[in-house]
Amino acid sequence: MGHGDGRAHFYVMDYFAQQFINGISLGAIYGLIAIGYTMVYGIIGMINFAHGEIYMIGAFIALMVVVAFGIGEGGLVIVALLSALLVSMALTSLYGWVLERVAYRPLRGSQRLAALISAIGMSIALQNYVQLTQGARVKTLPPIIQGGFEFQFGDTDFIVRLSTLQIMIVLVTIALMAVFALLIARTALGRAQRACQQDQSMAALLGVNVDRTISLTFVMGAALASVAGLMVTLYYGVIDFFVGFIAGIKAFTAAVLGGIGSIPGAMLGGLLIGFTEAMWSGYFSIEYKDVATFSILVIVLIFLPTGILGTPEVEKV
Amino acid sequence: MRPPFASPLLRDAVLVAGIAGVLAFPFVGLLLTTQGTAPTLSARFPEFAGAVVLIFFGRLGISAARRGHILFPIVLGVVMATVGAFSLLFETTGMAADSAAPWHAFVPGTFLATVASAGGVAIAVVAGRNHLLRDSVPVARKPLPMKQLLLWTGVALAGVAIVLPLLPAVDRRLIDVATLVLTYVMLGWGLNIVVGLAGLLDLGYVAFYAVGAYSYALLSVTFGWSFWVCLPLAGALAALFGILLGFPVLRLRGDYLAIVTLGFGEMIRIILLNWYDFTNGPDGISNIGRPSFFGFQFAAKPAEGTESFHTLFGIAYDPVHRLIFLYYLILALALLTNAFTLRIRRLPVGRAWEALREDEIACRSLGVNPRNTKLSAFAIGAMFAGFAGSFFATRQGFVSPESFTFIESAILVAIVVLGGMGSQIGVAVAAIILVGLPEYFRELQEYRMLAFGMGMVLIMLWRPGGLLTHREPTIRTRSQPASA
Repeated sequence: MGHGDGRAHFYVMDYFAQQFINGISLGAIYGLIAIGYTMVYGIIGMINFAHGEIYMIGAFIALMVVVAFGIGEGGLVIVALLSALLVSMALTSLYGWVLERVAYRPLRGSQRLAALISAIGMSIALQNYVQLTQGARVKTLPPIIQGGFEFQFGDTDFIVRLSTLQIMIVLVTIALMAVFALLIARTALGRAQRACQQDQSMAALLGVNVDRTISLTFVMGAALASVAGLMVTLYYGVIDFFVGFIAGIKAFTAAVLGGIGSIPGAMLGGLLIGFTEAMWSGYFSIEYKDVATFSILVIVLIFLPTGILGTPEVEKV
Repeated sequence: MRPPFASPLLRDAVLVAGIAGVLAFPFVGLLLTTQGTAPTLSARFPEFAGAVVLIFFGRLGISAARRGHILFPIVLGVVMATVGAFSLLFETTGMAADSAAPWHAFVPGTFLATVASAGGVAIAVVAGRNHLLRDSVPVARKPLPMKQLLLWTGVALAGVAIVLPLLPAVDRRLIDVATLVLTYVMLGWGLNIVVGLAGLLDLGYVAFYAVGAYSYALLSVTFGWSFWVCLPLAGALAALFGILLGFPVLRLRGDYLAIVTLGFGEMIRIILLNWYDFTNGPDGISNIGRPSFFGFQFAAKPAEGTESFHTLFGIAYDPVHRLIFLYYLILALALLTNAFTLRIRRLPVGRAWEALREDEIACRSLGVNPRNTKLSAFAIGAMFAGFAGSFFATRQGFVSPESFTFIESAILVAIVVLGGMGSQIGVAVAAIILVGLPEYFRELQEYRMLAFGMGMVLIMLWRPGGLLTHREPTIRTRSQPASA
């Protein structure tokens, strides 16, 4: 390392700080996807297996809009990113809505597995649809948001980088979280969602339009996933038709870890998963980072089956 | 009385085509490519327009046929099929390649043309059938004696399977496909014990298949042990893995269990991929021992001091012998799985599985130990996957982590659920549809998985309970009527 013994300590701290920053930005993205899983599971009790694909579709649309604007032309970048955000949210929400309408709604009330199989089928179909129409090769985007801050602690030569993009990711995530928390807590739609979560037939009797509420839940989840898609495209600069699968599993893990059905829980779970992944990649081996994530899932489910912020479920006869 | 044909249909078709158009625009209408490091966007409007027009007319035809219209959907269907067929003709004869021709812009791709002709035919047929059924009075059908019917279907299927390689019209390719289908039938039956009987949703079943395949591959390559020695070992190892993985997680509820097993499946694959010293990583293990006919090799020139299969029986050497032997091997393994399942369903442990699937709390209060009962189902299911895995390894002569991805687990769960959860014949039929049929569409390789995924959704929508819904308890007390 080229350091004296006394300096090694600082080096360790700096390295940790860098992994911490990376972990938070990654975790914010997982958290955004996880919200879609947790809301859908909370309201209709199914794993929306195709949610990862919705996120992938969001990433593709966002990338297309950014490319359509032409990259790297000064002030246009802000306009391009805002348009990418809006267009991608709108179109991806429509995908989420159609998905529920076509593949899940007719199966509501059938056996539980029917909807899950339908979801797995949709996931395979959407993946292959994108592969067929856009090709199997990865799509790249050169970094368009550059700059950031550099820190140097002590007299080591290890530089901790905090990029503008990472700050942006965290800020956007916090803003969206705040908006969604308000939406759920204060609006009529949020009330309807919470009512459906507790008892769908009672909610219907009291005049809540259950179908519409469930549709809107899917729309909201898809919109958040598309934001995550845009941010991943900017952050890593590489996407392909398969990105949704593993991200989807990790986000689901995050939702379970945080306590399924709980939105703050999804965010917390996302951060913990992102954090673990960054630390594992930083200190152990990057190949086994997914194994680490799954191990956490297993450990949490064994010792804390309802997740960190979840409410225990009482099974009745 | 026929409902009046008018604007609601048109409005519906416009709406559907509009939504589909918005959804498809970025993916069908635009193409993202990377040149050097710079991504570029190009337009593909003819294809996009073709797709939207096709969706519009398709939706119009389908809803008109559904509403009982006759003439309009038939005409529409015939026109669609004709246009599609002509476009296909243009494509295949290369006339479309002449880009100067005036019609060039109007000829859609092969895929659209195929969908158009197939869809057109389907619409016309549905409408024609409506016409034929128009005046017939619905007859109350007698309920079919399901149990007998299923039994005879099963016997017939098994009979066909046994004589299949001996039929004159059967070629190597068919035997190959049939062997593949039987592998999935066996895996499906193994998974059926876990999912269908015990009601435990396992999305990582492929992990045990991988354990079986790698056990045989490593034992065969390292120690040179024969298939028949390794087969039980592979099964035992897979069962051991089943117990190890199942022990901590089997008390979880349905969906959680599904996602944890999915995680285990991926973990095993990642370990196989990265543990280079042990598994040779992504390169896989090759030169795995081929199976022998109880010690007699399938080789034109057997090794010194051994006898070959063809000299044993005094027939001419033919490479197809090995294929036929493999076919019968997997058939025997699959039938063994089936016989085992049918027997164990009647034993106390099998009844406990089914009871546990229906009501866990009631079982617990009656003194059934849920953990051990579930664990036994998990281990036995894993054991059969291990057998199938070592068969896979010996058939291919090569294993690599590529073969054990999540998609395999998804296909297997789909086979069990489509088959009707617990129905043995249903699993066989579903395996033929999901694995056998797509093999014959290898030419449409690119569209295969798309069609597969959409097929899963459509079959679920059509029959949410599975193809053969049959969920009766295996054992009934005598006082109950049989058709409750």
